[in-house]
Amino acid sequence: MAKLMDYDRALELFEPVLGFEVHIELSTKTKMFSDAPNYFGGEPNTNITPVDLGLPGSLPVVNGQAVRYAISLGLALGCSIAPTSRFARKNYFYPDLAKNYQISQSDEPIAFAGSVEVELPNGRMFTVPIERAHMEEDAGKLTHVGGATGRIQGAEYSLVDYNRAGVPLVEIVTDIIYGAEADAPELAKAYVSTIRDIVVGLGISEARMERGNLRCDANISLRRRTPEGEPPAPLGTRTETKNVNSLRSVERAIRYEIQRQAAILDDGGTITQETRHWHEDTGQTSAGRPKSDADDYRYFPEPDLLPVVPSAELIEELRAALPEAPAIRRRRLKAEWNFTDLEFQDLTNSGLVNEVIETVAAGAAPAAARKWWTGEIARTANAQGVDATTLVTPLQVAQLVALVDAGTLTDRLARQVLEGVIAGEGTPQQVVDARGLAVVSDDGALIAAIDEALQSQPDVLAKIRDGKVQAAGAVIGAVMKAMKGQADAARVRELVLERATALPE
Amino acid sequence: MSEITQEQVTHLASLARIALTPEEIVSLTSELGSIMDHVATVTEVATPDVPATSHPIPLQNVFRDDVVGQTLTAEEALAGAPDHDGSRFRVTAILGEEQ
Repeated sequence: MAKLMDYDRALELFEPVLGFEVHIELSTKTKMFSDAPNYFGGEPNTNITPVDLGLPGSLPVVNGQAVRYAISLGLALGCSIAPTSRFARKNYFYPDLAKNYQISQSDEPIAFAGSVEVELPNGRMFTVPIERAHMEEDAGKLTHVGGATGRIQGAEYSLVDYNRAGVPLVEIVTDIIYGAEADAPELAKAYVSTIRDIVVGLGISEARMERGNLRCDANISLRRRTPEGEPPAPLGTRTETKNVNSLRSVERAIRYEIQRQAAILDDGGTITQETRHWHEDTGQTSAGRPKSDADDYRYFPEPDLLPVVPSAELIEELRAALPEAPAIRRRRLKAEWNFTDLEFQDLTNSGLVNEVIETVAAGAAPAAARKWWTGEIARTANAQGVDATTLVTPLQVAQLVALVDAGTLTDRLARQVLEGVIAGEGTPQQVVDARGLAVVSDDGALIAAIDEALQSQPDVLAKIRDGKVQAAGAVIGAVMKAMKGQADAARVRELVLERATALPE
Repeated sequence: MSEITQEQVTHLASLARIALTPEEIVSLTSELGSIMDHVATVTEVATPDVPATSHPIPLQNVFRDDVVGQTLTAEEALAGAPDHDGSRFRVTAILGEEQ
C-alpha cells in the first residue's frame, strides 16, 4: 500500500497540474473504416470484415457519418475544424489490433484549439482548454487466461475478440490544465461529466462509462510551490491513470494520485513516468507500463486513405444543428423546473440531469423525478457500487411516480416497488401486481381493521373520545401493521377519528 | 551522405521486432543510408512552393455511407489463425499492455 499524504497538506506544498484524454465511441451503424456493424458484444469475431482483421488485400474506407459526428463534436468543444485533416498509422505490436498499427490522426487532427465550460460542485466555473479532437479506431478485446487473478500478470495465453476493433472513436485531448488547485478531483469529474452531456446532447454516442463507450485517461503531475517572488518550479513528472470507468472513479483516482505523488516527492523521491491502473475495489492505482519519450509509434500518413477536406457549407450546416451547450441548458432547465440553487446543484453533482429530463419527458413532475433519482436510486447505486443509470430507466421512474400520484402507492410502497424493478421483476405495474403492493384504498377493509383495533384497545378508544387525538397513533400503527403497510396513513387517521365516534359505546 | 547511424538501425529493429546480428546492423546502416540519399534527390527538384504530399493522386473526401454490409462468420475469421479457442483467436501471453 502506497504512502499517502494528507490531501490538504499536499495542496499546501504542491500545485496539481492536470490533463485528460477522453475516448468517445461513436454510435454510428458501422465501423470507422469497414461496413461491419458497430456492435460490440454477442458472439466473438462475428461483427468483422477482412478490413477489421487487417487481411491482405483489404482496404479501409472512411465512414462519412463518423466524420460528421467528429466535426459536430469538435464544434461543440469550441474547436476550429481543420481545412484538411489526414489519417496516420500509429505503429505498435499488440494483438488488440491485427494490423500491427492503429489508424489514427497525428499532426493533422480534424478539430483543434477549443475549450469547455465546466461547473464545479461549489459553483465555480472553470474553462478547460482543449488541444485537439481526432478520429481513430478502437482496438479489439483481449481476455487473459491463466494466472491467479485473470489479469495480464502470470497469464498463460490471451483470447482475442475483434468485434470492437475498428469501432469509431474520437479522442479529446486537453491542453495542460493549471489552476484547478484543491478542486482538481471535482474538476476531473465535472469535465468528464460535461463531455458526456455534450456527446449525449449531440446524439453521437451512448456514452456509458461502464460499457467503455466513454473512457478517461487522467494525467497528473505535481509542481512544488515556490515562495512569492521566486520563479515557478518546473513541471513535475506526470503519471497517466487508466481504467477509470465511472465518474466517481475519475474523482477518486485524481485525489489518490495527488496524495501518492505528494508523499513520494516530500520524502525526496521521484515520480516514475508511467501508466497507472485504477482499481475501483481498493481505491488505489498500481504501476503499469513505464512510459518514456522513447515511445516511438513511427506515425506516417495512412497511404490507403485520402485527406478529409470538409466544405465550409458542411461545417456551417453542422454548426447550425448543434444543441444548446450544457452550461446554457442547465440554466434553462433550472428555471423551467423551478429548482433552488441547492436542488439543482445536488442534481448536477449526481450526474443524473439527463435521467431527470427523460423522466420529466415521460410524464413525471420535475420535483418527483429529482427526488427519486437523487434519493432512493442514487442510494441504491452507491450501495451496489454501480452507476444509477444502469438500475432503472427514466420511463420506469415516470411510471412509478404516476402510481404514487394516482394513490396506488405510498412513498413507502413505491420504494419496495422500485426495489422490485431494480431486481428485474418488470415494470412498476408488474411489480405492484406480482408482489401485491398496492395501497388498500378500499375503505371497507380499512374500517374493519380499524374497528377491530379500536375494540381491542378500549382505553385508547376512550382517550380519543375524550379529545386526546394523539392517542390515535397506537391504533393507526396497529392498522398499518394489519394492512402490511399497504395503506395511506393519512386516510387511516381520518377513518380512525371517524370510527371512534361512530362506534357504539 | 545520409546520417543514418547504427544506433538508429538498432532502435528501428527493436521497434519492428527484428533480431539483427552486429554484421547485419553494419550493412543495413550503409544500405539504409544509400536509400535515404537516393530518396533525398527529390528535394533537389521540390521547391518550397511544392507542398508535402501523402498521396500521389489529388483525391479527397472519399467516404462510405453508414450502411452495414457483409461480415465474416467466426469460422471464416478464424480460418487462417494458428490457434483459437471457441470463436476467439488464441495468442501467446503478451508481456505488455494496450497502448
